[in-house]
Amino acid sequence: MMEHLLSVDDLGGRAGIESMLDLTDSFLEVTQRDIPKVPALRGKTVVSLFYEDSTRTRLSFETAAKRLSADTMTFSVSTSSVNKGESLLDTVQTIDAMGVDSIVVRHPAAGAPHRVASWTSARVINAGDGCHEHPTQALLDAFTLRRHRGPSLDGCRIAIVGDVRHSRVARSNVMAFHALGCELTLVGPPTLMPERLDGWPVAVTPDLDHVLPDVDVVYLLRIQRERIGQALFPSLREYAARWGLTVERAARCKPDTLVMHPGPMNRGIEIAGEVADSARSLVTEQVGNGVAVRMAVLWSLLGSGGPIV
Amino acid sequence: MSRDEMSRDEMSNGEVFVQGGRVIDATGERVADVRVVDGTIVEVGPALAPSAGATVLDAAGCVVAPGLVDIQVHFREPGREDSETIETGSRAAALGGCTAVVCMPNTDPPIDDAAVVQSVLDRARVVGLCDVRPAGCITKGRRGEELAPLGELYDLGVRVFTDDGDCVADALVMRHAFEYAAALPGAVLAQHAEDPALVRGGHMHEGAWSARLGIPGRPAVAESTIVARDLQLAKRTGGRYHVLHLSCAESAALVRAAKADGVRVTAECTPQHLVLTDEACAHFDPAFKMNPPLREQADVDALRAALLDGTIDAIATDHAPHTPESKDVPFEEAPPGMLGVETALAVVLTTLVEPGILTLAQAIGALSWQPARVVGLDAEGHGGPIVAGRPANLCVIDPAHSWSVDGARLASKSRNSPWDGWKLTGKVRHTIYAGVPTVRDHEPTR
Repeated sequence: MMEHLLSVDDLGGRAGIESMLDLTDSFLEVTQRDIPKVPALRGKTVVSLFYEDSTRTRLSFETAAKRLSADTMTFSVSTSSVNKGESLLDTVQTIDAMGVDSIVVRHPAAGAPHRVASWTSARVINAGDGCHEHPTQALLDAFTLRRHRGPSLDGCRIAIVGDVRHSRVARSNVMAFHALGCELTLVGPPTLMPERLDGWPVAVTPDLDHVLPDVDVVYLLRIQRERIGQALFPSLREYAARWGLTVERAARCKPDTLVMHPGPMNRGIEIAGEVADSARSLVTEQVGNGVAVRMAVLWSLLGSGGPIV
Repeated sequence: MSRDEMSRDEMSNGEVFVQGGRVIDATGERVADVRVVDGTIVEVGPALAPSAGATVLDAAGCVVAPGLVDIQVHFREPGREDSETIETGSRAAALGGCTAVVCMPNTDPPIDDAAVVQSVLDRARVVGLCDVRPAGCITKGRRGEELAPLGELYDLGVRVFTDDGDCVADALVMRHAFEYAAALPGAVLAQHAEDPALVRGGHMHEGAWSARLGIPGRPAVAESTIVARDLQLAKRTGGRYHVLHLSCAESAALVRAAKADGVRVTAECTPQHLVLTDEACAHFDPAFKMNPPLREQADVDALRAALLDGTIDAIATDHAPHTPESKDVPFEEAPPGMLGVETALAVVLTTLVEPGILTLAQAIGALSWQPARVVGLDAEGHGGPIVAGRPANLCVIDPAHSWSVDGARLASKSRNSPWDGWKLTGKVRHTIYAGVPTVRDHEPTR
């Protein structure tokens, strides 16, 4: 039984991930009803504690909680006592004292949700911590891909392209996709690959054109302009030319190769607008599935084991 | 024995008699009693008898060693007395068997001024629990730009100069410091060797664990490039150089080669870098965050080898107290550093001596007479030998005493010990500083 969801590791390997994806199927059905709401978590309180701006992830979690009939509260940095210098520990203890059931944490420091989990009796969900992990993103990506390539993802060849070094999405996705049997290649400038890859079940290459014809999925990561100032690559133009999924590059992929991106996209940089809007793109479907995945996670952590209804 | 009884006891007769122990110092080991009168060792030999009214310290089954000398501690005074003071730090040091420490100058204000040196010395003398020697800054304000008044600080007894906490990054400033310090016999420049550009934004060792955890790294090469540069400067200037908390295999190799080449270099490493690896950071516990960071098993192995072959001269703790509120934060937001002065000997005995990596005498040497020599305190009565006529700075170690570390119960004002919960074997039973017991039967005398 999962106590918190801090890392993809907490899901319990392939079996645990697959059962979460199966559960997500049920909740996807709920979200497609005329009244997309079930009483499963009535009386439960879910707090989102966000130390970074992320309207889309926060809304996705809050929508998921509301559709399960949980009460939701938002604790966002700009409107809170954090600006008065309150520590994370004091903030968590304050929230904990209100008797909440789950805290969804987004924080710029890796491991912050682990610290929060050690300070509260509530179930903690990592909604993205620094460059560490973003486990619900990995789940929604796996769920989305499984609907197109499933039920088994064994042998599915995925290229993850871009700033893997600074990407919590990449870390979680590598773990989840690998657990599900996918074959992974990391692609990008060497300055944006992890400094050490001991234990990573991946191949690595700087050559996107070499891998494109063979892959089933191209997963593009958002590139941050600030990396230029850190001397990690020269310019957005050079990045787009060497590692962007342009229309020409997309045309060299297999006809059924899919394109994914965790959003928000930089159109024209890591992905051409036409590719993002093409039939092979799963980008909007990823967002849509996010709510069902987060319903499954919340229900797994907070549900009494009763029926979904 | 109550405090009143003991002070009566000590006042009744100037003699402190250490009975029934095995004496270990740089000259070897023998079973001997040690008679101390008025701060000086007056007689060492088997089966002596205490004089009437002597304070007798039982050392049966114990090792009688020169007091330990920790050449890298942070006592935070002046400026951060909420995390440690000279008094609480000295008490922790005494409990750890120390009779002398060198405290780092990254205080607030920093120890870059004669008045601050004098205030630390005065306070330490009033506390009187161990010989606290302030290190002085190399540069004014630890800003790495202009030289601190090295000569003025030297005249007050300062022999170790360092901007510890920060690296003197500017090669020309370091060169001039080496050249200037040549006018100050016995002075040594001690470097916190981490190139600030290469560690910018980093919070743990750059390696497989930092990559997995998504925590920006502080690579080993940031240390070894500074060590390599400074060794070249020391060779060219003839200056004396000391590597603080040396942490990686590459640095050890550089120091080994430089020593063979005749460069005047010494080096220390910490118990934590001899025992722990970056894997300790896997749960994001800031107790394991320090600079330089915990490295990899290959580095641990290299440090142990370097200690054994004399490349590394000393074990020092980098005792760095931080308040609970400053450490009860996410890993990346926590200040670096950990407690160490009270646990160093026990950690070394448990993790290095008990498994047979070091002999007991090697361990004590690395914690006592070798660091004393690095900073010149051997000439001031520290680090033995335990012979008649020497100042009585001693510690009595019970190598079989087993205990558990509770960070909150250490004498330090802070509790950020990475050894919290560890079961250790070996503990200081008595410490005698300048002839007076500061620790008696594991308890501070005041």
